[in-house]
Amino acid sequence: MSHTTAIGIVPTGPKPKKLISVERVIVYSVLLLCAVFFLFPLYIMVITSLKDIEAIRSGNIFIPTMTPTFSAWGKAWNSACTGLYCEGIKVGFWNSVRITFPSTIVSIAIASITGYSLANWPFKFSEAFFTVLLVSSFIPYVVMLYPLVLITRWLGIYSTLPAVVLVHTIFGLPILTLLFRNYFASLPQELFKAARVDGAGYWRIFFQVFVPMSAPIFTVAVILQITGIWNDFLFGVIYAGPTNYPMTVQLNNIVNSVQGGKEYNVDMAATILTGIVPLAIYFFSGKYFVRGIAAGAVKG
Amino acid sequence: MDRPNPLFRNLSSKIASLPMMLIVLGVFVGGTAWTVLFSFTNIRILPLFTPREWINGYVGLANYDRLFKTDRWMDCPGLTKIGTEAWQWKCAGALPNVVTYAVLSIILSISIGFLLAVFMDQKIRMEGVFRTIYLYPFALSFIVTGHVWAWILSPEYGLQAAVRQLGWTSFSFGWIADRQMVMYAIVIAGIWQGSGFVMALMLAGLRGIDEEIWKAAKIDGISTWRTYLQIVLPMMKPVMVTTFVIVASGAVRIYDLVVAITDGGPGISSDVPTRYIYQNFSANLGQSLAASTCMLVAMAFILIPWIRMEFGKKG
Amino acid sequence: MKANSTTSVSVRGLALSYGAVQVLKALDLDIADGEFLVLLGPSGCGKSTLLNCIAGLLEPSHGQVFIKGKNVTWEEPKDRGIGMVFQSYALYPQMTVERNLSFGLRVSGLAKDEIEKRVKRVGDMLQLGDLLQRKPSALSGGQRQRVAIGRALVREVDVFLFDEPLSNLDAKLRAELRVEIKRLHQRLANTMIYVTHDQIEAMTLADRIAVMKGGTIQQLDAPQTIYNKPKNLYVAGFIGSPSMNFLKGKIEGAGAKAVFHLGGQKIPLKDYVPDAPLKAGAAVLGVRPEHIQLDMAATKANSDAYKAVVDLVEPMGSDSLVWLKIDDTLFSARVESNQHFDPGQKVDVRFRINLASVFDEATGDRL
Repeated sequence: MSHTTAIGIVPTGPKPKKLISVERVIVYSVLLLCAVFFLFPLYIMVITSLKDIEAIRSGNIFIPTMTPTFSAWGKAWNSACTGLYCEGIKVGFWNSVRITFPSTIVSIAIASITGYSLANWPFKFSEAFFTVLLVSSFIPYVVMLYPLVLITRWLGIYSTLPAVVLVHTIFGLPILTLLFRNYFASLPQELFKAARVDGAGYWRIFFQVFVPMSAPIFTVAVILQITGIWNDFLFGVIYAGPTNYPMTVQLNNIVNSVQGGKEYNVDMAATILTGIVPLAIYFFSGKYFVRGIAAGAVKG
Repeated sequence: MDRPNPLFRNLSSKIASLPMMLIVLGVFVGGTAWTVLFSFTNIRILPLFTPREWINGYVGLANYDRLFKTDRWMDCPGLTKIGTEAWQWKCAGALPNVVTYAVLSIILSISIGFLLAVFMDQKIRMEGVFRTIYLYPFALSFIVTGHVWAWILSPEYGLQAAVRQLGWTSFSFGWIADRQMVMYAIVIAGIWQGSGFVMALMLAGLRGIDEEIWKAAKIDGISTWRTYLQIVLPMMKPVMVTTFVIVASGAVRIYDLVVAITDGGPGISSDVPTRYIYQNFSANLGQSLAASTCMLVAMAFILIPWIRMEFGKKG
Repeated sequence: MKANSTTSVSVRGLALSYGAVQVLKALDLDIADGEFLVLLGPSGCGKSTLLNCIAGLLEPSHGQVFIKGKNVTWEEPKDRGIGMVFQSYALYPQMTVERNLSFGLRVSGLAKDEIEKRVKRVGDMLQLGDLLQRKPSALSGGQRQRVAIGRALVREVDVFLFDEPLSNLDAKLRAELRVEIKRLHQRLANTMIYVTHDQIEAMTLADRIAVMKGGTIQQLDAPQTIYNKPKNLYVAGFIGSPSMNFLKGKIEGAGAKAVFHLGGQKIPLKDYVPDAPLKAGAAVLGVRPEHIQLDMAATKANSDAYKAVVDLVEPMGSDSLVWLKIDDTLFSARVESNQHFDPGQKVDVRFRINLASVFDEATGDRL
C-alpha cells in the first residue's frame, strides 16, 4: 500500500467512520428490544390500573384507555377485599412498615457490632465462628422454618409481630455480618491501632472511629434489608399471623379473593402500590442499590 | 502482677458477639441439625426434643422412601406409552419442576445476562438508562412480579386474547393453564426479574478485566467476538461461578413466584419443594423434614464449584 | 542517533484531545531504523498515549503515523508490523505459555510448522523452554514479562513497543530484565520504543530519550546530552538523582565577561559553553551535586571559590550528600564518603562551570 488510499486521500487524524455501522445498529436494536421486554410489564401494570372494569373486559391488554381513572387505586388502597376484611392494602402497607423498621434496625445493629468484633477484636474461636457464619448464610431457610415455628411458639410469640421481626432479624444476620466484617477489615488497620494507642476502648473505637467512616456500608445494609424484608412473603405468611400480614401477603389475598368477581384493575393498582417502596429505593439510591443487592448475593 | 485471665481478654468483643453466636448456634446450627435429625423419625406435629424420643421415633429412611413415592413430590416414569402408538415423556412433581425451573433459569439468565453485559460494554450512549431499565425488576418482590405476569399470561384477557383480537384468531399462548407448559411460563417471569441482575454482575466482571488484555488481543489481531469468547469468557470464570451459585440457590428456593402466578396449578402441576414442605407441616411433618433435608443436600451440591474455586486455589 | 539510517517510525503533527483536554499537542518525531528510543516523563505527560497512538490502540485527533515509510494512520494494530509489551504483562491467563506465544499466529492462519519454529526460536532466546506448558499463574513476575516479550517477538515484526514493562517488578528483577532487554536489542537490532517514568531505565537503555511533559516533547537527545545539557529547567530537574541544584541569581555583563551573581558572591561564566549568547538578567544556575567541589578549610583566597556553610550531611554509602547554604540558598554537593563534614562548618565551594547549565529565569530555557 502506498501513502494514500485508493481514492487518493492521505490518511490523517481519526479514521473516518460510517455514519451508521451494522454493528452499532445491531447493538442498539438488541438493547432497545430488551428494554422493551423489561419495561413491558410495568407498562401493562400502569395502563391496567387506570382502566375501569368495563374497559378491561372489552378492551385489549396492550392498549391504554382513553378515559383513565384512579378509582382502582383508591379501591386498592382503601377497600379491596383480602378475604375476610375489605379494608384495602393499606393495612398491609402499615404492617410492612411495622415489620421492616424494627427488623432492619436490630439486624444492622447486631451485625455491625459482630462484624466489627470479628474484623478487629479476634478471640479464640472467632475464625471458626466466621466459617460457621459463612456456611449459615447458604443454608436454605426452608430447613429452619419448622424449628423457628417451635422456637417462636416456645417464646410465646408465634403468629405475632415480634415473631416475624425476630425471624427477619435472624435471617438477615449472617450476610450482614459478613458484609460489615469485610468492610471493617478493608479499612486501614493503622487507624484502629492509632485509636487503641490513644487509649480508646472497644465501644469508643466503634462509635467514634468506625461508625462515622462507614456511612456507605450502612446505606448498603439498610437498602439490602428494607428491600429484602419488604419483598418477603413466606415469613410473613408463616410467622406474622393474619392481623399482621405484610403487604405482599395482603396483595396475594386481594388478587386471589373471589368476592364479587375479579377486578384486574384493582389487582394491578395494588400490585403497583406493593412494588412502589422498593422501586423508589432503587431509583433514588442508584449505585448503592446495586452494591447492596450484589453484597447480598456475592459472598466473601 | 497477676497474669490476666485469658477469658477476659477482649471481653467486650466476646460479650458483643454473644447474641450473634447464640443465634448462629441455636437457629442455624441447631435448627438445621434438628430438621435433619428428625427427618429420620416418625415425628408428628408435637415436637420431641430429647435424645430418647429421637431414638424411640427413629424410622431410618422411611420418610424419604415415602417422600419419593409420593406423586406430588416426584412422579417420573419417564417415557410412557399413551394410547396404542404414542409415547410421551412424563416427569412431574415438585422436584422435577424445580429442576426444570433451575436448569432453565440458570442457562437462560446467565446467557442473557452475559450477552446483555457484552452489548452494554460496547461504549454505548445512555448506559445508565439501559442499566436502570434492566435492573428495576430485581427490586420488585416475586409476588409483584408473579401477579403482573399472571395477568399478562392469562389466556382470558392477556397476551393471547390481545393477539387474537388483532386478527390472529388461532394464536395460542396459554402456558399458565397448560400442565405441560406451566413451568416455562414461570421461567419467563423469573428471567424477567433476575437477568438484569446477572447482567450487572457480568458487566462488573467485564469491566474488571485488565484493559491491557484487550490491547494485547488487538495487537495480536484477534477479533472482538473471538476475544470475548476465547479470552474474556474464560477469565470471567470466578464471576460465572458466583453468578451460578446465586442464580441456582435462588432457583431451588423458588416459592413466592409460583404462589403468585399459579399457586401450584393447574392442579399441582407447578408445585415446587418449598411449597410442598410448607403445606405438609401439619399433615406430614416427617416428609416435610425429609424434603427440607433434600434441599439442604441440593444446596451443598450447588456450592461445590464455588467451594472448589475459593478453597482449591490455595493448593 | 545513527548516521545515515533510514526512518523506521515517524509521527507527523500528532495530536489527541478528549474534549477540551489536550493529551498530545502536534507532536513530530522520527525514529531511526534499529534505534532504541525511550519516552520518558511523569504520569500524565502523554508518553503512553503517544505509544498507544503509534500502536493504533488509540485514534489521534490529528496527524499521521508512518511505520517503515507506510502511512498506517488508519491501519489496524495487527497490520502495522508492531509487537507490544505491557506493564501488567497482559498474558492470556487461561492459556499455557506456548498458547500465549502462538495464539495470535494461529488466529492469523500461519502454517503450523512455522508457528512451532518461531515459538521454539523465541523460547530458546528468552530461556522459556521449561515453562512452555505452564500457565501464567504458575510463573514469577519476571518470567511472565519474559513471556510477554516473547509474544511480541514471535510476530517477527520490525518495531517493538514497550509500555512501562518493568514497573510491576521489584527492584532486583527490574535491573535483571533491563539488562536482558538491552541485550535483546543488541542482538535483534530492531526499532524499539520504550515508555517509562524511570530515568535509570531511560539512561541505561536508550539511544535517544524523548523527555515529555504536558503532551509535548521537551527534549529529544542522546542520554548524555540530556544529562549534561538539558534544554530547560524542566528536563534539568527531571533527570538526575539527587537532582540538580537550581541557584537563583542574575547575570551581569554579557558574552565571555558575563558573571553570575549569587547573593553577595560572583561566579564568572567564562568557562560556560552557552547555547545562546549570555545576556544580563535574572537567571538560574543549574549545577549537579557531583559538579561541586568542596574544600574543608576556608583559608585560601581562591578567586573561584565561594564561602558556604554546611547545613546537613546525608551519608549514602558510596558517597555523601552535603547540604550547603550560601546566604539563604540551599544546595547539595556530592562528596566521597571518606570526606567528613560537620554542620555549621565553613567550606570553600567550587562550581565546575563548564559542566553547569544556565537558564533564563523567565522562559526556563538553557542559555
